[in-house]
Amino acid sequence: MNLGSRPGLFSRLFTALVFIFLYAPIFLLIIFSFNAGNSNSVWHGFSLHWYGELFQDRLIMGGVYTTLLVSLLATAIATVAGTFAAIGFYNMRRRWREPLMVINEIPMINADIVTGVSLCLFFVAAFAAWNGFVTWMEQTYRLTAPRLELGFATLLIAHISFNIPYVVLAIMPKLRQMDKNLIDAAQDLGCTWMQAFWKVVVPEIKPGIVNGMLIAFTMSVDDFVISYFTAGPKTSTLAMVIYSMTKKRVTPKINAVSTLLFGAVLLLLIVVNVRQARQEKAAAKVRRR
Amino acid sequence: MRNKLSWFSAPYVVWMALFTVAPVILVVIYAFTAVPPAEGFTLDNFLRMKEFAVVFARSFRLALIATFICLLIGYPLSYFLAKEGPSFQKIAMVLIMLPMWMNFLLRTYAWMSILENNGFLNRMFAALGIIDLGNLINGGLNSLCASLNEGVLAWLNARLGTALLLSTDRATDMTYFRMLYTQGAVVLGMVYNYLPFMILPIYSVIIKLDNSLLEAARDLGASSARVFRKVIFPLSLPGVLSGVTMVFVPSVSTFAISKMLGGGTKLLLGDLIELQFLGGAYNPYLGSAISLVMMVIVVVCMYVMNRFGEGEEQAVVL
Repeated sequence: MNLGSRPGLFSRLFTALVFIFLYAPIFLLIIFSFNAGNSNSVWHGFSLHWYGELFQDRLIMGGVYTTLLVSLLATAIATVAGTFAAIGFYNMRRRWREPLMVINEIPMINADIVTGVSLCLFFVAAFAAWNGFVTWMEQTYRLTAPRLELGFATLLIAHISFNIPYVVLAIMPKLRQMDKNLIDAAQDLGCTWMQAFWKVVVPEIKPGIVNGMLIAFTMSVDDFVISYFTAGPKTSTLAMVIYSMTKKRVTPKINAVSTLLFGAVLLLLIVVNVRQARQEKAAAKVRRR
Repeated sequence: MRNKLSWFSAPYVVWMALFTVAPVILVVIYAFTAVPPAEGFTLDNFLRMKEFAVVFARSFRLALIATFICLLIGYPLSYFLAKEGPSFQKIAMVLIMLPMWMNFLLRTYAWMSILENNGFLNRMFAALGIIDLGNLINGGLNSLCASLNEGVLAWLNARLGTALLLSTDRATDMTYFRMLYTQGAVVLGMVYNYLPFMILPIYSVIIKLDNSLLEAARDLGASSARVFRKVIFPLSLPGVLSGVTMVFVPSVSTFAISKMLGGGTKLLLGDLIELQFLGGAYNPYLGSAISLVMMVIVVVCMYVMNRFGEGEEQAVVL
């Protein structure tokens, strides 16, 4: 693509300003996480005080634990379910596939708050019905069952629900690229269809699965709005803890959390990029032979 | 083989029916249900929205302003980036996406500590003497207006029988600018959080433009300004539309940004919905009706976007 002349001084300046706008707040946040004082604007000297405080804050650590647990579980379940769903959709007749794909995209297209609210409404209504049923059973038959309420389980279900669509959409293109004759060939050579699936289809679409898994994990870790509506009063993800903290006062503990998260993301990004570069190099070598 | 494999999706179809379709249907049902103790079908929930016309108007206004600013920044940036060399572009794109992997609450929080009354910006302004300058300017404007009031306006008022007066009570003893908990701060938060959503689709459309079209236009004698106006800009419109949708929808439905940067006193649509479900004004029927309106807005945006072609894949990358 050739848009003509190279960018001039003005456009370089504009680009630089936009990047300053994007990064200045983040760098300020990081710098003041090392502040000795209790302020985000006056420098009192270097200290790791707030990191120590952070690791002793049970609310924050609980939030980190919940976030990691729900993200890992939801990612694992959504990756497996999404892979099977994508393969199923791909092998369906068009008449069935297209409406199902549209439904699949509902959680991606809807505003987060609408997805969150609708799930909240659904859980509350379903649990109200169930709890009413339990009460009725207790009164008439003296049988009892646990009453249900919003909590970790509903949070997990919500995360799985909004993760699967991304996994499906990441895998679909890989399925389309796959040579359909491969499956038939494998079966002709004596594979059962289960073997054909594990030995042919899964390796072919593996990059799509990994991609979908990464997207699902980042979506889960990053989510605030849907979690906020489905986690109930007793469970809190890290994002929810941060939200409730910012309602009160600005505290450098949040800066320390941000710095650690930013570092983690940066590390992950570097690892992924290095891995990608290495794969490309290897692929180039193979081609040269 | 093919038919057997299609059963692989059966569990997910059941899952979708339960946790995607049923909740949406429930929202629709609630939206048309009367608030207990009344019963049955009703349109009252929608009629009640008239009380919140101010909230709707404010939400739309702020989201539109934020979208427009994002477009003003995002379009030139994407265009300039597309002119750069390939390695520059790659790094720039990573740098644009990197902040999005930090939770948006943290990004918003960063602005809270910058915009505070004794926050970073105000301290910088004070150190640079900008606040004193503001006081000076306000004082000057006050005395100018006072003299205008006594002179020209007094004369005019006497002639026309009107009572025109210019304000003379601008603050001259400011120690800080009030930036946090204003609507400007909310717009800033939206722009900061959603700017990458505008840049990425526009950039990916511009980068894929057909080179031969541009060359043809130049060969036929079009100046570079004309090439931009007649070829590049019209062809990049699908990216613009998809960017506008991707900024407008989260902006109009946000509730955390308005709470954190707007102080939570001037409600937006998102705040209104949140209040109906988790807040003091518990009324899921009204909340569902507003959510339904939100869904309609999203569907309309998507319809407009799809009519003008591509841009769908971009949402997946994010």
